Amino acid sequence: MILPALFFYLFAGACIASAFMVIAARNPVHSVLYLIFAFVNAAGLFVLMGAEFLAMILIVVYVGAVAVLFLFVVMMLDVDFAELRQGVLQYLPFGALIGVVMLAELLLVVGAWVIGPGVPRAITAPIPADITNTEALGRVLYTKYIYYFQAAGLVLLVAMVGAIVLTLRHKAGVKRQNIGDQVARTRDTAIEVVKVRPGQGL
Amino acid sequence: MIELFTTYVWPVVIIAAQSLLLLVLLLVGVAYILLADRKIWAAVQLRRGPNVVGPFGLLQSFADLLKFVLKEPVIPAGSNKGVFLLAPLVTATLALAAWAVIPVNAGWMVADINVGILYIFAISSLMVYGIIMGGWASNSKYAFLSAIRSAAQMVSYEVSIGFVIITVLLCAGSLKLSAIVAAQDTPYGMLGWYWLWLLPMFVIFFISALAETNRPPFDLVEAESELVAGFMVEYGSSPYMMFMLGEYVAIVTMCAMATILFLGGWLPPFPIAPFTWVPGVIWFVLKICFMFFLFAMAKAIVPRYRYDQLMRLGWKVFLPISLAMVVIVAAVLQFGGLAPGRMP
Repeated sequence: MILPALFFYLFAGACIASAFMVIAARNPVHSVLYLIFAFVNAAGLFVLMGAEFLAMILIVVYVGAVAVLFLFVVMMLDVDFAELRQGVLQYLPFGALIGVVMLAELLLVVGAWVIGPGVPRAITAPIPADITNTEALGRVLYTKYIYYFQAAGLVLLVAMVGAIVLTLRHKAGVKRQNIGDQVARTRDTAIEVVKVRPGQGL
Repeated sequence: MIELFTTYVWPVVIIAAQSLLLLVLLLVGVAYILLADRKIWAAVQLRRGPNVVGPFGLLQSFADLLKFVLKEPVIPAGSNKGVFLLAPLVTATLALAAWAVIPVNAGWMVADINVGILYIFAISSLMVYGIIMGGWASNSKYAFLSAIRSAAQMVSYEVSIGFVIITVLLCAGSLKLSAIVAAQDTPYGMLGWYWLWLLPMFVIFFISALAETNRPPFDLVEAESELVAGFMVEYGSSPYMMFMLGEYVAIVTMCAMATILFLGGWLPPFPIAPFTWVPGVIWFVLKICFMFFLFAMAKAIVPRYRYDQLMRLGWKVFLPISLAMVVIVAAVLQFGGLAPGRMP
């Protein structure tokens, strides 16, 4: 059991360190890169726990798609650090107040937290050897929780349609390429043969 | 002490030796793939191509390697130094990491993990970071524009590649790469492989693979007429070589993926005597070379796409077709009673 333990501490240590660097780094692009590194390490932790499907999906969805968009936005922002630090003293009391409230809430939550009675049994249950991760997830998701699963998909669809409706603008007077029109052109509609008499023009 | 040795040290040594062997063979293979790319391109244009270093120019790639390594790396003053040097490393490492799960013969792979195909998909979706980081850290307008183009292009075409993979998984009933190849092992030989049964998906996969690896006709990332040389414009010497290495290894990986998903991996084209005598690894390499020949021919004969046409092709043509194919294939498998491992 030495090797898995070593890898656990490696991944967990790197994950926490990079998560700290996300908020400590001065350059926002570096922050996002550290965030990505934290995601990758979390995926490594999932693999150690035997949740290989979850690990790969975490990388494909969060790192491969969501974090790319983060990185896009952050890189495009024109951040002026001197201007950012100007009002620090002015905002400090308000920020400190919010921080204290958050801390109090977290302490209250942690203080009242009990581990559910079924959880230790579920965690220590052996992973069945005859069924793979993906198959097990599929059997539960598509039978017992099919309505919740589809509802989650619908929620995402509605959010996507909403975002498109909010940002879609039709500009008048913009020439667009219509592939259908171009393909539908024939010799008759495209060229016209005229006989030009000398000295007269068209 | 003996137990510690047999349970930990020995397996690690074996895995390291396997990985080293695979990497060395892969890198030598990539050197010749690169040469083949230039030779095929030259032949199409009625040129000779590289023919000076070694017999028929066979040592050209190694001469290039030496040249890159011996040159001085130049780091622009305005660049973000750490990220600038990290980007080519990320590209090369990720490209090589994908080969950990690729089976070159029955039982010949470094790791036969249950989610092999997802692992390769995850690695190829991480590849975009090398390009974005390189483009941003160069602190150059051309490089940054190219990085943005590339990120949008790769994210778009990953969607259709994902659906293609799903149809293959539906037919094979497993995410394990070795099981996907084994599922194509039928008495019909090459007619039982998925390229025939899923022909539209094979075509979509091939075109999406071109776009995913930034190969022509989708090489808008390094469109030299618009962006000088794209995100690599500030790079030289070893960092540049690592970008090129990562790119070509990714291309070979895509060829290997197409081989495993559609061309039956290490299986012989006909399951009869003279073909079954040849070791599986030779069939695997031959199929990769065939796929790469198609890649190289596409580079030689197809003109470059315009960027809006590229996006239109990805989102408005491939995405609906592949989505419809997922539904059709799933319906045929379910109602035709062909689905592997169907629940009673």
